[in-house]
Amino acid sequence: MSEQTSLEEEKSQKTNLPPEDESSSRGFNSLAIKPLRTENKPWFEPKPFFLKEVESLSREKVSVCYQCRKCSNGCPVTFAMDFLPNQLMHAIKMGLRDEILGSSTPWVCASCQTCTTRCPNDIDIAHVMDTLRQLSVQEKTVNKERNAPIFHQVFLDSIWRRGRVYELGMLQTYALKSGDFKDKMAKGELMNDLKLGWAMLTKGKLPLLPKSIRRVKEVRNIFKKTKSR
Amino acid sequence: MKVCFYPGCALHGTGREYGESIQEVSQILDIQLEDLDDWSCCGASSGHTTNEALAIGLPGRNLALAEKIGATEMVTPCPACFVRLKIAEKKLKGTGSQPDLGFTYSGGIKINYLLDYLCDPELLKKIRDKITKPLNGLRVACYYGCLSVRPPKMTDAKNPENPQNMDRLMEVLGAQSIPWSFKTDCCGGSLALTRIDIVRRLVNRLFLMAVEAGADCIVTACPLCQANLDTREAEAAQVFQQNYNLPVYYFTELLGLAMGLSGIDSWLGRHIVNPRGLLEEKGLLRL
Ligand code: SF4
Ligand code: SF4
Repeated sequence: MSEQTSLEEEKSQKTNLPPEDESSSRGFNSLAIKPLRTENKPWFEPKPFFLKEVESLSREKVSVCYQCRKCSNGCPVTFAMDFLPNQLMHAIKMGLRDEILGSSTPWVCASCQTCTTRCPNDIDIAHVMDTLRQLSVQEKTVNKERNAPIFHQVFLDSIWRRGRVYELGMLQTYALKSGDFKDKMAKGELMNDLKLGWAMLTKGKLPLLPKSIRRVKEVRNIFKKTKSR
Repeated sequence: MKVCFYPGCALHGTGREYGESIQEVSQILDIQLEDLDDWSCCGASSGHTTNEALAIGLPGRNLALAEKIGATEMVTPCPACFVRLKIAEKKLKGTGSQPDLGFTYSGGIKINYLLDYLCDPELLKKIRDKITKPLNGLRVACYYGCLSVRPPKMTDAKNPENPQNMDRLMEVLGAQSIPWSFKTDCCGGSLALTRIDIVRRLVNRLFLMAVEAGADCIVTACPLCQANLDTREAEAAQVFQQNYNLPVYYFTELLGLAMGLSGIDSWLGRHIVNPRGLLEEKGLLRL
């Protein structure tokens, strides 16, 4: 009898666990409920020297972060992040390289610079986000935000081509390359966007023809010298 | 007075009415804004997101161009361009061995954000003299957004958490600028295409806070903020089941309105959310 109840208790405890995807929506909170070892392997493998790597690339002293959370409290997009900004700082120190480069946080960061402005230890957190994005672009890591890297690529392509951004062309290329078109069609949001696009066209906000600068070569040279293409 | 002007890409596209109103207003104030010849894009957020050196090189080319024509000052109406130019200026000057990017820049060009430039005491006096139709009774929420003030180390903003210039300017125009706590909160401009769901939430927040504070409209000084707020307002209201309907003006449009400039009809004609209803209701715009 008593065995049965304890079994049942265990069962109910198990079913009380939050569902998988809900628990993974917050990087560190998910630590508590994941089994620490599966198949005799730790669930994450810290990569030594990641702190060093980030600090030398960004020239920001991540190690002085004392977890006051001021960055996360002022961040406008924490609701969409898996690691909060302060958690990210700690994860860097812990060497969670793969987890960080695969996370959504650097890509949903809107670069609003609030964290950087407020950090009592003078860490330019937004710049650390930049560094992490650059790393994941260089290494072509698969991260949760598929579209953001595509958008930046399309945007920079537009500059490479003409020296300036040609909005209409960029919007079209992005919609096709990112699969945004299909997603929106599936969600039934396409009509809304088309209406908006049409309104902007007729109001003269999206010039139809691209304009190039005269010395595009100079701009392309900058791309070449900085190894951006 | 001649000034070197860096318009930025948005002014020829989504921010067209901003560009047009800037030209007319500056003429009235005897400021000749001369476009920097053959200027190129500053790289915006895609630059610093993907490559650090590129993010300095792209705006750097424009600084070098300005230096070549002997400019000592530069004005830009776009906060994103402003902060990229400022950062490039700070990083390039004084670095003895410059990376070879095909240009040289020795430093010393002062980069001004248009809003702050127009809030110079001399110019404010001039603006006051030119006002023919004060905007009495208009309650505005001044929205500064992120990059004109942050990061303060780069922008040199004196009061990054509570900037005052636009508020002061609006008071000069006779409008009532209402205090609200979201004047420098982010609208999600850099996610405008990639994460519309996030943008809607941020935009919704801003409109709700402006309504709560009792504003009739939002005033911006950024082509990205204006486009983001104006185009996503209806969607956000629908998704979050709200019924706000605030017009979003450029501060230069309101300047033009108060000075009785003729371009106002064509500027307002480019908005998505009806910008005329409110002004007509307040008797500031003829029907
Ligand atoms: S504000 Fe700075 S010190 Fe505080 S948690 Fe964030 S990074 Fe760490
Ligand atoms: S810069 Fe990014 S991480 Fe920092 S507060 Fe803004 S959105 Fe959040």
